[in-house]
Formats: sequence, structure tokens, C-alpha cells
Amino acid sequence: MKNRLGNFFRSELFHNFLRNPGAVIGLVIVIFFLVMVLIGPFFTPQNPYDIGGLDLMDAYKPPMWMDGGERAFPLGTDEQGRDLLSAMVYGSRISMGIGLIVVLLSCVIGTFLGLVAGYFGGRLDSLLMRLVDVQLSFPAMLVALFIMAAFGRGFGKLVFALTIVGWVLYARTVRSSVLVEKKKEYIDAAKLIGLSPFPVIFRHVLPNILTPLIVIATIQVGTVILTEATLSYLGVGVPVTKPSLGLLVKNGYDVLFSGLWWSSVFPGMFIMLLVFGINLLGDFLRDEFNPRLK
Amino acid sequence: MAEYLLEVKNLKTCFELFRGTVKAVDGVDFTLKEGEILGIVGESGGGKSVTGFSLLGLIDLPGRISGGEVFFRGEDLLKKSEEEMRRIRGKEISMIFQDPMTSLNPLQTIGSQIDEMLALHTDLSSAERKQRILDLLTEVGIPNPADRINNYPHQFSGGMRQRVVIAIALAVNPRLIIADEPTTALDVTVQAQILKLMENLVHKFGSALILITHDLAVVSEMTHRVAVMYCGKIVEEGPTKDLIANPHHPYTKGLLESIPKMAGARTPRLPQISGMVPSLFDLPKGCSFAPRCSRATERCLQDVPEMRLLSPGRKAACYHPAGMAEEGEGHE
Amino acid sequence: MLKYLIKRIFQMIAVLFAVSLIVFFVMSFTGDPVLMIVPPTATDAQIAEARVALGLDQPLWVQYRVFLGNLLRGDLGVSYIFKRPALTLIVERMPATLELVFFSILISLAVALPCGVFAGAWPNNPLSRIIMGGSLLGISLPSFWLGILFIFYFAVEKGLLPSSGRGETATLFGIPFAFLTRDGFRHIILPAVTLAMGTLAMLIRLIRAQIMEVMRQDFIKFARAKGVSWKNLLFRHALKNALVPVVTVFGIQIGTLIAFATVTETIFAWPGMGKLLVDSINTSDRPIIVAYLMIVAAMFVFINFMVDIVYTLIDPRIDLR
Repeated sequence: MKNRLGNFFRSELFHNFLRNPGAVIGLVIVIFFLVMVLIGPFFTPQNPYDIGGLDLMDAYKPPMWMDGGERAFPLGTDEQGRDLLSAMVYGSRISMGIGLIVVLLSCVIGTFLGLVAGYFGGRLDSLLMRLVDVQLSFPAMLVALFIMAAFGRGFGKLVFALTIVGWVLYARTVRSSVLVEKKKEYIDAAKLIGLSPFPVIFRHVLPNILTPLIVIATIQVGTVILTEATLSYLGVGVPVTKPSLGLLVKNGYDVLFSGLWWSSVFPGMFIMLLVFGINLLGDFLRDEFNPRLK
Repeated sequence: MAEYLLEVKNLKTCFELFRGTVKAVDGVDFTLKEGEILGIVGESGGGKSVTGFSLLGLIDLPGRISGGEVFFRGEDLLKKSEEEMRRIRGKEISMIFQDPMTSLNPLQTIGSQIDEMLALHTDLSSAERKQRILDLLTEVGIPNPADRINNYPHQFSGGMRQRVVIAIALAVNPRLIIADEPTTALDVTVQAQILKLMENLVHKFGSALILITHDLAVVSEMTHRVAVMYCGKIVEEGPTKDLIANPHHPYTKGLLESIPKMAGARTPRLPQISGMVPSLFDLPKGCSFAPRCSRATERCLQDVPEMRLLSPGRKAACYHPAGMAEEGEGHE
Repeated sequence: MLKYLIKRIFQMIAVLFAVSLIVFFVMSFTGDPVLMIVPPTATDAQIAEARVALGLDQPLWVQYRVFLGNLLRGDLGVSYIFKRPALTLIVERMPATLELVFFSILISLAVALPCGVFAGAWPNNPLSRIIMGGSLLGISLPSFWLGILFIFYFAVEKGLLPSSGRGETATLFGIPFAFLTRDGFRHIILPAVTLAMGTLAMLIRLIRAQIMEVMRQDFIKFARAKGVSWKNLLFRHALKNALVPVVTVFGIQIGTLIAFATVTETIFAWPGMGKLLVDSINTSDRPIIVAYLMIVAAMFVFINFMVDIVYTLIDPRIDLR
């Protein structure tokens, strides 16, 4: 294990990573957010969901560096006296949680369906791929919006809608790799000696496509967070009681014209920063794992 | 007028990669007279292609030409600006690439790809250019050139595309053509036709030709002289007939012996050169070929042999050359 | 060619049929439309009566058959809120959305083409790094938030540009357009830039990647060996090859723009069909949601078809069969 770690630090990947400021910044941002959502709630001045802890006297406070701002509310408060920074920490938790769960589900479901479609071929394959084609010809946002419009807001529904939108990319990538692998001679050899080729393909395809899957998944976490934010902004995403960053922006927008610019600007900045960090990292991984660029 | 059309002295091209610096071309010397056909032979990865691209200044980062001189008609090409080189490329020195499937622009008709060359390097009017394109296509053996002129590359077979590439290379009568494995990507039956065509046209147009190939059989049929490359260095050079009849360098000897013979005594097993081409990242200390060489001695593992004249017109870089008059220790 | 066209048209019909099935059955799971129609004071008996009158007591597949029949006759139902045909409501708002999308496309192309080509041709230039950093930021940015920033800065703080509505319109071919009047044009700037940002950033990255990919290819090196100048290498050889795949993505991007117009229109109170959709979702106005989806699906299918046609025009290798 120690040796492996040593190899990693001596590897070309690590070497290039250190020489790529974008990738380093991306990783720092992502780690910052991970740490924040994991331990942040222990440090935030308030639990924003605890209505009893709110005091209307604290409402409409600007960020602490402005006139009338208070140290207790570093980024100001909303019209109910809720501390914006606390709400953002909890909101990031929701946004990132949804992003990770959706990507995990999409990846597992998409990979499985892609393997099955590619391996068995025939009717099942053409049906699945038709479905993928049709779905890819519609913007992901619209499909998710439609599902949410039909079933209403809620976490489970949101994860369901975003997974429906997300699995197709994996299925397509995995399927084409299986098709390539199926043509190779060792598959014939496996058949010849009476082995079932499915586990054989499984063992050969999965390691080979791991790198593209990692790249797709990384970038998709950012996409999912953005789509979730958009849906929540439109009022068809997370429930009002558990606001994600997107819903915080919307709540802030409702009071923008009464001068509370901070309550929409800062949560939006968080979304951008988080997705930017993920994209920086995803970009680096994609360039590293793309053999054609070398 | 310089003595030689092309005189390459101590050319060095290296690539700086993460794993270290690769000396793809490491001190290469050779000369070429007007109208002469020189073969550069060696295994893949031996630096032949890089040599060809270096002559035209077409080395991209992370590679760079790190030293030497390339005199073409008495002028050093390595000292020329990009703009000056651009006027030499195509007009004075043109190139034929290995894979005709990828060397033509898929979205341009072949007519306009030939026309581009004429428009760049001649003052011909567009009607004259059109006539010249038709002549060239006829010359390289494309049937119904008037019909084919507006076709796209994908409408041609591999052999036909390579004919088009040859037409482009010859379009403005260059003094020198560099052909980088021009037949490797083609069917065996087509290979011979293309080689014959090139030989005829080079004679007819009076161009000199550098034929880069891994195939000694190709070289023996059409070149005047041969340079054998191994790990970025030329290890043997001489007139084709002589060199093939009596190779001095053990590597050349090995290459020749590994060609299957059609006629004559059949050996039960084709001889091959033992071992593998060493990694260019860490070449052996002495002669690069020493680890694979049956004649290698302690000295070969320590010192790098220089090219030296072994018999009239014949040079090799070996301490223990084969096929000498008195077999054994070569004279210093 | 004709054979291909016929095949494609059948495919388009099949896709639309599938979409109608999915839309109908998924929407049928949502709430009880009868409760939306009857007055709140209605008795159980009146509700049951309305249910029979609307045919909602029939099995689902019968309802679908009626729905499909009406659809083919161009009848997409009557809005619960507006009490007017859903199709009419959407068609009325379509010019506003298309106008917005059109301007966004113009903006994205005008910025993305030069930036993408530059960044692809000179990847190590400092300006290219700025372009790439900016475009990565552009795809990471929630468009609704950008819209809010614009409103806050340009409308609230500086009072330079209007932040909501479409302003005055003038008619062209009997259709009202905002960009024809000075006031309308001022209204379209902020929403169009907001909507364009995502597509613009994405196109820059795509064009750059394509240019870099093409510049590595053999035929570019061969063209260099011919003595072609750097400029011609880029514009005569690389650009067209690089843009072939961009056309496909661009088709999908038009769809994405129409989808994201829902967000932009909501922020800027732009009276287009996207805002109508979001409003209808919030008021559970089912006929409008269904009508919107069917119309937009038809638009996407048509756009994809057009993209395929354009594709064959610029790439001689593709043979329509």
C-alpha cells in the first residue's frame, strides 16, 4: 500500500497535476467544499432550518463589512433573520449530496444497461439505443423539468428525474466499449474452451473503460448540481423547507429589489465556485486520460 | 553551384518528454547529388521519418532540431526563417507521406488540392493550372482525369490516392522529393506499381529522391545509394549494389538475412536479429547495436564507433565490420 | 435522397408518437384534473358528473386514443386558467421565444467562433488561456444567477437597461417582434446575453478542441509540406474540417437554448412560451404543459432533421441512404 502510494506520487499523472495550476485550484476548491459540508454544520452560527432559533430582530442585516453588518452574520441575513452563511453551508450539503447520489446511480444503472445492451445485442440493444438516441435529442434540462412538473417537487423525485436524464451517457460509452471488446480474439478463445464470455467481457471491459467513466462522472457531478439548481430556482426542485443553493438564489431574488442583493449573489457564487472547481478537475482528468492528446 | 544538391552534417533532432530526452536523430551525415535516389533504411522507431521531417523543418514541439547543418544548393536550411522555408517546401523540396488515406484533406476535391500547390509556387493562370492538373493526373496514371478532378479523396482507392499525392509532390518540379514509407500502407500488388511510377517520374522530372523505408527489397530495386539507420544514427552507407552484396555492419547483415528469399536454397528457419530495439530513453553506453550483435566485444560496449571509410565509397560505424577482405580485426 | 427523406420522415413521426405516449401517460399520474376545472364549491355529484363529461372515467388507453385523435386535429385542449385553446396560447408566445433564441445564437456564434479558433490555433498564447478560463467559468455559471447579476447591476444600480418585459414591439409579416423598435431592442439585450452565455462558453471549448484535433492530423502536416502558409492552413484546411462536428452539436444547442429560455424568460418576465410553461407548471395547467411539450418536441425533431441535411451539404463523405 505504501509502495503504491509512492508510485502514485512519482507517476506522470501526479507530476502533470502539480504543473497544472488549474487542476490544483480545482482540487483545492472541491476539497474545501467537501470539508465544509462535512464539518461545517458543527461550526455555523445557526441551524437555518430551526425556525425557533430565528429572531426577526436580525432580519435584513447586510454582510459584516457593510454599515449595519454584524460579526455574527458574516454574509448578512434574509427577511426572516436567517444567517445567510449557515443557510449556504446547509444548502451546499443538499446540492452536493444530490449531485453525488445522482451520479452514482446514473453511473451504476447506465454501466449495467450498456454492458447488457452491448453484450446481448439484438432487440434489447436496439430498443435501448433508440431510447438513448431519442432522449439525447432532447435537452436534459427539459426532460428533467417535464418529470418534475408531472410528479411535483421533492428529493426522491428530483434524484429520479436527474438519474433518468443522466444514465444515457454511461450506457452509450460502455456499450461501444463492449462492442469493441466482443470482436477480440480472446472472446472466441473463451467460447472455445467453454467459458461463458459474459464474465470474461466484464473483467476486460470494466477496467478498460474505468478512466472514461471517471472523467464523465466527474464532469457530470457539476452538470447535475447546475441542473438541480436550475430546477430548484424554477420552483420544481427541492422542497421549500430544505433549500439547496439554487433555491436560496431564488429566495434571494424575491427580495433583490428591496436591496438585499447579498442573499441571491452569495449562494449563486457558491454554485459557480463549486461547479468551476469540479470542471477544472474534470478538464484535467479528461486531458490526461485522452491518449490522443499525448 | 555546390557539389551536392543536399549535404546534411551532424543533424540532431531530439524530443523532450516527461520520461527524458529522446535523441531521435543523433548526428546524421549524408549527401545527395542532383537526380540521385538515396534509400534510408532501418527498423521502425529508428529515426528515419524524423530525419525526413527535419530536412523540411517540420518538427513540432516537444521536438526540436538541436544541431547540425542542412545545406540545400549551398544554403543552410536550418538558418532560414519560417517564411523562407515555406517557399522552399513544395517548390524545391516536396514530401510524400506514408498513409494516403490521411494525407489528403477530406473536404477538398483532389483538383483543388493540386491547384493549391500550383497557385502557391507558380505564376500560372487558372486555365493553365487546370491544364497542368490534368497533365499531372494523366502522368501519375489516373484514368479519366477530367472526370476525377472534382472528386473527393474518399472516392479514390488507397493506391489512387497515393498517385494523387505523388502528383501533388511533383506538381512544381521540385529538385528533391522525400518519400516517407510511400507504399507501406498499400496492398502488396499496388506497392510495386507505385514504386515503378515514382522511379519513372523522378527520372523524367530530374528530381532527386530520398526514399525512407523499412523494406530493403524496395531499396535494392530502385535506389542508387543506401544509408542504414539504427537508433538515430547512420550505421552504414554505400552504393546499393555493393552494400547489399557485401554488408559491412552486422545490423545491415542481419536486416538482409531476414528477408525471405524466393529462389535458391531454403533455410529451414528465417534468420532474425536477436533481441529488441533498445528503448530510446536509455540507449546502451557504447554501440547501440552491441547488445544484439554476435560480433560485439568489450570495446563495443564501452565506446561509440564513428563512421569510417572501409572500402572505396563504403562507410560503416563498426569496430568489427563483416565482409572485409581479411576477415577479423578491422584496421584503424 | 428521396428514399432517405421518406425514411427520415417516418422516423420523425415515430419519435413524436413515442413522445405523445410518454407525455400522456406520465402526465396522467399527476393530480386530478377534474378538481382544477370544477369550481371549489362543487359537490361530489357535480365532480363525478364533470368527470364523465370529460371522459376521464374511461380507461387510460381510451383516453389516450381521444387525446391522439384531438392532437392530430390540432386540438391540444383548453387551458384551465386562461380558458382558451392551449395551442393558441403557445403559438401567440412563440415569436417572443424564437426572437430571444435567435439573438442568443447570433451572440454565441459572434463570440465563440473567433475565440474558439484563436484558442485552438494558438493554445499556448496567454490570451488563449484567458479565453479558456473564461469559458470554463461560463459553463460553470448558473444562467439564472447571471441574469440576476445583470438585473442588479444594469437595471437596479445603473438604470441602463430595462430588466423585465419585452418593451414595444413592431409587426413584421403580421408577427410582433421586439427587436424592431429601439425600446424593444433595449429589452432584449440582457435576456439574450444571459441565455447565450452557456452555449457561447460551450461552443468556444468545442471549436477549440476541434481545431486542435484537426491541426494534429496528417493532412495538415502534408499541407505544411506543400508550403501552405499558417493562415491558409488554419482557414482553408483546418476550419472547415473542425466545424463539421460543431454543426451537430449546434443543432442540439438550439434545443438547449429553447429549454433554457424557460429560465431566462422567467427571470426577465419575457412573455414567451417558456415563461408560460413555468407559470403553467406552478398552476398545474396541464393542457398547456402537454401542448408545450408536444410543440417543442416537434421543433426538436425538425431541427435534428435540418442538422442532418446541413451535415451532408458540408461533408462530402456522408452519403444519404
